Formats: sequence, C-alpha cells, structure tokens
Amino acid sequence: MKIGVLALQGAVSEHMDMLKRVGVESYPVRKAEEIEKVDGLVMPGGESTTMGRLIQAFQLEGVIKKRFEEGMPIYGTCAGMILLSNRIEGFDQFKFGFIDLKIIRNAFGRQVDSKEIDLNVKGFDTPFHAIFIRAPVGKDPGKNVEVLAEVPEGIVFAREKNVLVSAFHPELGNDLRVHSYFVDMVKKFLK
Amino acid sequence: MEEKFGTVKVKRGLAEMLKGGVIMDVTNVEQAQIAEKAGAVAVMALERIPADIRKEGGVARMADPKLVKDIMNAVSIPVMAKVRIGHFAEAQILEAIGIDFIDESEVLTPADEVHHINKWNFKVPFVCGARNLGEALRRISEGAAMIRTKGEPGTGNIVEAVRHMRIVMDEIRKVQNMSEEELYVEAKELRVPIDLLKEVKELGRLPVVNFAAGGIATPADASLMMQLGADGIFVGSGIFKSSNPKKRAEAIVAATTYFDDPKILAKISEDLGEEMPGIDIRDLTDKDKMQLRSE
Repeated sequence: MKIGVLALQGAVSEHMDMLKRVGVESYPVRKAEEIEKVDGLVMPGGESTTMGRLIQAFQLEGVIKKRFEEGMPIYGTCAGMILLSNRIEGFDQFKFGFIDLKIIRNAFGRQVDSKEIDLNVKGFDTPFHAIFIRAPVGKDPGKNVEVLAEVPEGIVFAREKNVLVSAFHPELGNDLRVHSYFVDMVKKFLK
Repeated sequence: MEEKFGTVKVKRGLAEMLKGGVIMDVTNVEQAQIAEKAGAVAVMALERIPADIRKEGGVARMADPKLVKDIMNAVSIPVMAKVRIGHFAEAQILEAIGIDFIDESEVLTPADEVHHINKWNFKVPFVCGARNLGEALRRISEGAAMIRTKGEPGTGNIVEAVRHMRIVMDEIRKVQNMSEEELYVEAKELRVPIDLLKEVKELGRLPVVNFAAGGIATPADASLMMQLGADGIFVGSGIFKSSNPKKRAEAIVAATTYFDDPKILAKISEDLGEEMPGIDIRDLTDKDKMQLRSE
C-alpha cells in the first residue's frame, strides 16, 4: 500500500510520521504522475487558498478528480477538508466538491481561539484528543454524509463514501486511530 | 468538555501549518489582498517594509493597530505583526486585537537591550530571528513557537540568510554526533538549556519550524533556502519593492513548493520584471546591520 501526502504546502511530514507509525509507507506527492501511482491521498493542513492556487496553477485538479472517481480514498485535514467540500460560506475559492458539506472557515475565531479538546467520536471507545488550529467546521451535510464527530460550532469529522474529512489535526497528536481508520478505507479500496 | 487554549501544541502547530509556504510583508490592505491571491500562507502587517526602514532611519515601532486590524479584516489567511525586541506592551496590544502571530523582530528598533519578551506569558505564538543554534534555542526557551534566520533585512541580498541557515544546520549536525558529556559543555557554551539541546540531538532539527528570512528577492533565492533546509520563506521588501509584485509573489510561492525542480523553477523565473535594488553587505557597517541588534 502506498499513500501519498499532497505536498504543495502545509504539515506534510507530520502525516507521514503518523502513517509510518501505523505501518504504512507514504510519499510526498506534488505532480500528476505521482498522484497516479498512490492508493490513497492525504490533503494536509495548511492554507486552503495557497493549496487551491497551486492545484490550479499546476493543473492537478483533473488527476485528483479522476482518482476520486475511481474510488481512491482521500483524507483531508483542516485546509484539506475545505478543499474537499462543495460549499464554502463567504469565500469564492477553489474547491473539489467531493463531499456534500458547507464549510464555515475559521469557525472558532482567530489563532487565540485555537484549542485542544477531548472529542467524542462515533465508533471510538474513548474520546479522541483533538487539536484545532484556526479550524473550519461543516454545516448542512448532504444525506450521504456520515457525521463522525460534532462540537457546538458544527461538524468536525465526517465521511462520504471514499472521502474522509477532519477539522482537527490528528497528525499533531499521539493518537493513531484516525490514521488507522483512513488506512482501513485504503485497504478496502485495494481489495 | 475541557478546552485548552494557547498550548505549546496549538502555538507550534500553527507554525507547522505554514510550512512550505511564503509569508509576505505588506503595508496596506491592497498589498495584503494581492499577497493572499498570489498564494501567501500569511501576511506580515507593518507600516514600512525593511528597505524603507533602513533608508529612512529613526525609531521603527509596532504598526498602528488600526492598520493591522484593517488587514486582518481584509484577508482570510493568518496575519502577523512585528514588535520591538523586549517590548512586551506592544505584544500585549497585538494580542488584544487578536493577531495570529507576533514577530519579535530586529527589523524594528530594540526596546530592551538585555531582555527578550517572556513569550510563555502569551496565548499568541511568537516567531524570532536567529543567526545560530544558540540564539535559536534561547528564543525557544523564552517561548518562541517558530524560528527564522535573521539574514540582513531590506537588502535584497541573500548572503546573510544563507550564512545563518548553514550555521544552524551545521551546529545541529555537530550536536547529533555529541556524547552526553559533550552536550553539557555545549549547552554551557551556547548558553542554552540542556534539555533543549538533548531534544535537538534526538530530533536532528530544531523543536520548532525554521523559516528563512532576510534578503530573499527571487524564486531562485526561495529555492536555495528550501534546499538548505528551510521549512518555508519570509519575503520582506522583495515583493512590493519589485516592478511586478503580483507575478513575483506567485513565482516565489510556486518556487517554495517546487524548490527542487529546476525545470519548473526556470519557467516561473522568466519575465518577472525588475527585482528590488540590492545592497552589498560589505557596504554596511556594524551599525547598519539589523542582525546584530540582539543575541
């Protein structure tokens, strides 16, 4: 199994470290031919406007869309969640539209409102220690979206078919369960 | 549900989200919007860019909070602003208006020649300049969540940023090869806490993100600094002192991502118009050098 981490900008090495701890090989990917060769793709945290501009400038939209349609699992954290959504409130910026979810950017406020909380996640026996950094939330999910975790501000962990999104950053913590969940999605895709 | 704000993880985490990106100096709302559209990961709001501070002289201070707030309202990316070294009251003011990151910067005139700000007292993360491993670790021990090279700001000359990045990387490699006994001596010589030095040995890098700053003016400059091990790039005067800021900003953003692909770099380096005028470092006396303003 080979998982690619979209390495246009953001916390790439942190995801690669977590995937290594789950026992999976991962690669930074920045070009269409690299994205063709992976079995799953992580879109890391960073700035969604920066990544969106680079995706357009270097024509990566087509290949990512093709892989999505083939069923390749994609996991987006924070900025990645914004890019994967189909609606972004108040901002006219690039998005893939792979998950039917409305995004509220910077939903908790500015950096001083960034925080760590213990989050109840559907399917996890114990709370997940979640780190939110200038995080978005989701609202008004489409009927095929499975909500996996919510806070008063909105949805922070969700899945629609082969697309997984989290507003928080499991790659900055020590809990491997979110990355294991994504690796299981990739395993099922490869079967 | 217990919530924890302003933790080390949250502060260093924001710096990690900026990796592989370009942070641009801007002096008004219009420039901030150009920077955001060009793909900047953050903007640094200030009243005068370093090249003008250098030219005009006088005391350089924190920007007007109104200007900073206007820029915060105009863009969706994080906004940083500079405070004078040791001027914790300026930092308190910026924290009060909700700034995302504070640069305790040698570009401004130092307010305290002995003490840096105790950055642990703040919920907002700080970035500080460093010329070597000792300076970097002293700033981290004071609570900095991010480090950048000092370089020589406002010169359009990369030579000092290269020097500082190479020194830090070289010192990290030396630390990695040291025995525990040697580490204690090194900690004493660098005037840094032993625990931080042990962490550097274990990680093989600084415990926080390390950007390049000071003199970056072209896509090739950005590529050079990334290849030398920088996690990302600050561009001060280099963009808005050039003849085509939008195009140059987009090119430096792309160069920071595709820093190791010379074919892409060649293409994006074409036809960018005039660079900012540069300064030969040998023409500067120690009095002119901003990098010597703290240690």
